Amino acid sequence: MSDQPLLTVDNISKTFGGVAALSMVSLEVNRGDIVGIIGPNGSGKTTLVNSISGFVKPDRGKVIFNGHDITGWDPHKIADKGLTRTFQVMRPYYSLPAFKNLIIPLFSPRAKRTGGWRGGGKMGSRDTVALDILEEIGFERDSYVPYKMASSLPTGYLKRLELARCLALRPELIICDEVFSGLSMSEMASMLPLIEKLQMEGISLIMVEHRLRELFRLSNRVIVLNFGCKIAEGVSSEVMELKEVKEAYFGSEEEVLEYV
Amino acid sequence: MAVDQKDRRKERIDRGIKVRSDGVYAISSWLEISYLVAPRLLFIVGLLAAPILLLPVPYWQKVLSIICIYSLLAISFDFLANYVGLVSLGGGFYIGVGAYVAALLNMKFNIPIFVTIPVATVVGAAICTVVFLPCLPLRGVYFAIVSLMFPLLAARVIEALDIFGGTDGIVGVDGFSSTWIEQYLLIIAVLAAVFFLRRMITEDVGLVFSGVKDNDQAVKASGINITKYKALGIFIASSLGCFGGAVLSHIYMWAGLSQFALDFSIIPIAATVIGGGGTLIGPVIGCLILVPVSELLRDFGTLRIAVYAIVLTLFIVYKSEGIMVYASRKYEQFERWVSI
Amino acid sequence: MEILIYGIINSVTLVLMALGFTLVYGVSRLPNFAHGALYVVAGYLTWIFMNRLGLNYGISILAALIVTCLIGAAMYQFVLIRVRGMPISEIIASYAIGLAILEGLRWGGLKGSTFTLPPFIEGSVEILGVSVDFQRILVVFIGAFMMIGLWVFVSRTRLGLALKGMAQDERAALTLGIDSDKMAVVAMALGSGLAGVAAVTLFPLGNIVVEAGYNVLIMAVAVCIVGGLGSWTGAVLAAFLIGFAQILTVVYLGAHFQVVVALIAIIITLVLRPSGLFGRQKELEERV
Repeated sequence: MSDQPLLTVDNISKTFGGVAALSMVSLEVNRGDIVGIIGPNGSGKTTLVNSISGFVKPDRGKVIFNGHDITGWDPHKIADKGLTRTFQVMRPYYSLPAFKNLIIPLFSPRAKRTGGWRGGGKMGSRDTVALDILEEIGFERDSYVPYKMASSLPTGYLKRLELARCLALRPELIICDEVFSGLSMSEMASMLPLIEKLQMEGISLIMVEHRLRELFRLSNRVIVLNFGCKIAEGVSSEVMELKEVKEAYFGSEEEVLEYV
Repeated sequence: MAVDQKDRRKERIDRGIKVRSDGVYAISSWLEISYLVAPRLLFIVGLLAAPILLLPVPYWQKVLSIICIYSLLAISFDFLANYVGLVSLGGGFYIGVGAYVAALLNMKFNIPIFVTIPVATVVGAAICTVVFLPCLPLRGVYFAIVSLMFPLLAARVIEALDIFGGTDGIVGVDGFSSTWIEQYLLIIAVLAAVFFLRRMITEDVGLVFSGVKDNDQAVKASGINITKYKALGIFIASSLGCFGGAVLSHIYMWAGLSQFALDFSIIPIAATVIGGGGTLIGPVIGCLILVPVSELLRDFGTLRIAVYAIVLTLFIVYKSEGIMVYASRKYEQFERWVSI
Repeated sequence: MEILIYGIINSVTLVLMALGFTLVYGVSRLPNFAHGALYVVAGYLTWIFMNRLGLNYGISILAALIVTCLIGAAMYQFVLIRVRGMPISEIIASYAIGLAILEGLRWGGLKGSTFTLPPFIEGSVEILGVSVDFQRILVVFIGAFMMIGLWVFVSRTRLGLALKGMAQDERAALTLGIDSDKMAVVAMALGSGLAGVAAVTLFPLGNIVVEAGYNVLIMAVAVCIVGGLGSWTGAVLAAFLIGFAQILTVVYLGAHFQVVVALIAIIITLVLRPSGLFGRQKELEERV
């Protein structure tokens, strides 16, 4: 069990109305890994995330998570096995206070079984657990922030709330769809240790990112997509040196220098 | 008016008593308790006393029963639309299913009235849930259209297949032994529905429902089967409707095609819009206004439908918040002009 | 043979009924549930102009069409514009207006068989051994003409292109200087006009009754949903699908089931393929 990868994606393909959004993409995630997925806009990153998390049914290929063949399962079943995701467009429950946002995942069968984040099988009051998770993720517990309506929270907190929603399930793998985009430098600086902490807790992460500098600090392996195909995979610093990646991703040399 | 708006604006401030009595401090003084309790008590006592007050006019007692049945439907519409996010325009379907189940049980198996009503409520709700099951993945407009089709379809199928008495319906269903039982059964059902649903929406299950309404993708990603919760929502809502339908068939001593009629789909919606959606009490208030008006206009035939369609349009366009929201705002806040 | 000919006639009838609805929805994403009411209004106005004002048949039709267009435009300009973008309110408001018009007309005495329009051309003809009256043949021609006319209008004229632009991407159209509200009014007027054309073409085949309004609404909605809301090719295809299915059920099962077919078609389509045969509504699977 232990030498088997946590997640194996085997040659999945997906077409939308004749356009190949993904073709024959494979990847593996081991326990405790942080794997980055990068690629230019429209390269199929989000489709890949959707196919793994069940929001899109792949046309071909297999997704195996933790020994279960989860290909084509419904999203809630996949989440129930411990694979959750954040959304690129943040989708909190706007009409609820921040901590009440976590009641919904805490109400799920998986959270009841696992006792929620760090619970020992039995859960205390859901409100308390929700506040614990929020504190963990950087909401100041004694301030009014956790009680504010989700609609009035700034982007940084919303991104954290998305992560918190995943953590409430006590997941084994979280797919983060662009958690860094739209954050200010200081917000990002506080987000980085958070991700590192999650990794130390034993959670594996797949990070879909545009912010390469931050991603390279975190992840030991990145996968580069272009036009729905995997064009490179390897250690972060080395991948960017590959010629085809530079061409596909940036087009010209100068932009690379600007970025990295 | 236009000139006014330039140098002054309206400011809304919560009344001090409202702010204080929102928390636990509400029990600190009688005044604050009464501030909270008075409107609720008025509503409950008013409904309970209505049959006694209407004793001199038996005709209006009958109307009261109808009001209650419409209220149940309107509550179920409001609950589904504003807390589960499913806009079901097919209230007539719930009524019809409940009425037919109760009537069939009563006529075919001679089951007494106090068994048929609860059985019809549960069995009817189960039937409605199963029928709606394939449509649950649909959202918004699509679900609304399909739900509008179901009562029409049911009526046509019964007519075409000539089952369950065909166009004549099922005649000779047992009536209630006394109008008191009938009315208090309905009134208590309305009060219980309002109380139960208002409690439920603040509980954790209610949060899941509102999550389904706000953002179903995130609920899915949280490992919750949203179809299950939508089905549960439909079950709760349709059980209210089926209960109403079962009682209705015993009041009229008849179950027929007209119980799938448009009236049962339109009046509850109109009542919800007029009374104020999302409050659960608003729909009852809407029915208390709308049904008597439509009774008064009964002599004018179909004009009454035209009248409440116009009222509905005016409300949805010009006062979409509804009476209940407006009234509670006036009760809880005061307004003043401030100069800028 | 009978099935083929009546199937075509029935299908084109459905196309006529649905064109206006699908045009309005396609351009402004407004499900105009007052469509059936506008249909009846157009027929009733023609009757009034002819019998009360003593106008010539052709002129009364023209006048009725113009008035129907104006009613539709006014409905949008004064009422529906305020609930734009709230789909459920749009449905409820437009349905309530339609209901008010239809039930108001019923109360005003629009029932029975006093209200009829004469056919454009009397008589009937034998086609391949089946006797068909001229009016029904005209229905097919007018239907085909309207389809082609609409297509030419949308793809050749400035106004039509603007409408098409809005149908495809409202925001992009806005940035190109197309006034979305003005276009929606135009679309609503045109849609009402199309309902009117359908009314004056189809009413000579029967009486002008309020129930026709409800039936037209159900059929228009059925056709548009099966074809995919907002897709014109889809609507035409769906009209033929439902049209033939209806004729087949009438022949083999009985006339009672005619409406049931449409309703079942809606339910099956929505459950199996929520965006309809040709729906462009990718949101259901794409936008996660």
